[in-house]
Amino acid sequence: MIGILDYGCGNLRSLENALEFLGLESCRVGTPEAIKAVDRLIQPGVGHFGYAMTQLRKGKLEDPVQDFATSGRPLLGICLGMQLMFQGSEEAPEVPGLGLLPGRFEPFTDPTLKVPHMGWSTVEFQDTEGPAYFVHSFFLPEWNLNVPHQGLGIAQHGRPFVAAFRSGNLAGCQFHPEKSGIWGLKLLKEMLTW
Amino acid sequence: MVMKRIIPCLDIRNGRVVKGVQFLNLKDSGDPVELATRYDAEGADELVFLDITAGTENRDTAVRMVERVAKAIFIPFTVGGGIRKAEDADAMLLAGCDKVGINSAAVRRPELITDMANRFGSQCVVLAVDVRRKANGYRVVVDAGRTETEWAMEDWLLEAQRRGAGEVLLTSMDQDGSNAGYDLEALRSASNQLRIPLIASGGFGEARHALEAFRAGADAALVASALHTCGLTVKRLKEQLSKEGIEVRPC
Repeated sequence: MIGILDYGCGNLRSLENALEFLGLESCRVGTPEAIKAVDRLIQPGVGHFGYAMTQLRKGKLEDPVQDFATSGRPLLGICLGMQLMFQGSEEAPEVPGLGLLPGRFEPFTDPTLKVPHMGWSTVEFQDTEGPAYFVHSFFLPEWNLNVPHQGLGIAQHGRPFVAAFRSGNLAGCQFHPEKSGIWGLKLLKEMLTW
Repeated sequence: MVMKRIIPCLDIRNGRVVKGVQFLNLKDSGDPVELATRYDAEGADELVFLDITAGTENRDTAVRMVERVAKAIFIPFTVGGGIRKAEDADAMLLAGCDKVGINSAAVRRPELITDMANRFGSQCVVLAVDVRRKANGYRVVVDAGRTETEWAMEDWLLEAQRRGAGEVLLTSMDQDGSNAGYDLEALRSASNQLRIPLIASGGFGEARHALEAFRAGADAALVASALHTCGLTVKRLKEQLSKEGIEVRPC
């Protein structure tokens, strides 16, 4: 069973609809016990980095998510949910993230750029590429090469940034695969079936 | 690079699409779900549903429509019309839409923008702004253009951006429904003011108009009646834009 982390940050409905469309069974998980019980976990999220981490801590979900990740079961972070997997973000410099992976998120600062980066941009993997729907103001500039990965997707908004990754049992995408049309759904299925 | 978006707009009355969309092989041209699916398949990048009957008595109908649409399409969509408080937006977002459009209510009570941005995040706050050209510049109007406000367009846009609007949908009431092209001067001026994305609206009639809007600084083009009545498809529109060097999502 796929658990969708419910911690009051974001709309889970779209994700549930996409999973249903793909024929994947899911349930919302919002307690430490429920997180323990699922085989796979999706950490969604929209909004503010600091607020989201506070919500996780308030719900006493930080340790369970970390335990889940170290147990080796697959964890997929989407949008802000991906950002939380790393060490931190300039959006809330004083708030540590989950720290499952090294790296900090930075704001787009080029004054000629529209911010948020909102809309469709191409994500390039080593062997494939496709258009994905993004909404974000902070980005991970690069993958820490000391951490092995099994796939890295790069997109551009004024500069290149990490749009998707898989590293062992951890995966993430900065874009919304559940809102990225057929290509996004295909990718989502792949990320939930390895 | 972020691609330029083409956004069909559907006018909804009592949960049904009005302004008769001329699609072939469509069993029910008034069914928002069937139309949304069709636009999605054609390559629309996003959809806007404008509920022109919106009011408390129709809220349930609108929510049910949003729920059905959200199960059928996997591209972002916005719902607007009659949103007066954050709770109205909440109901729509819970039903599965991605963004909520606000217009007159935000002009009357600008805190609505702040409320929504704080509660749901800026990414789902689409501020719709209707403007009319005056001797001394563009003036914000509300109530479908019937009421003139104290706001000059530029000032209102900055205020809205400061309060946390995620996107601006700018409609020229002078051009709306004309099929004669967007108001490029308004778009240029708005684009210069804003750091958040800008959607051009009002006046689309042919591919050239979208091209002009993008060159004037718009990030997306709302297309409505021409798609419904002039036989133009999203796919064909995107092919033409692509030929002109505009980067669009391939259909």
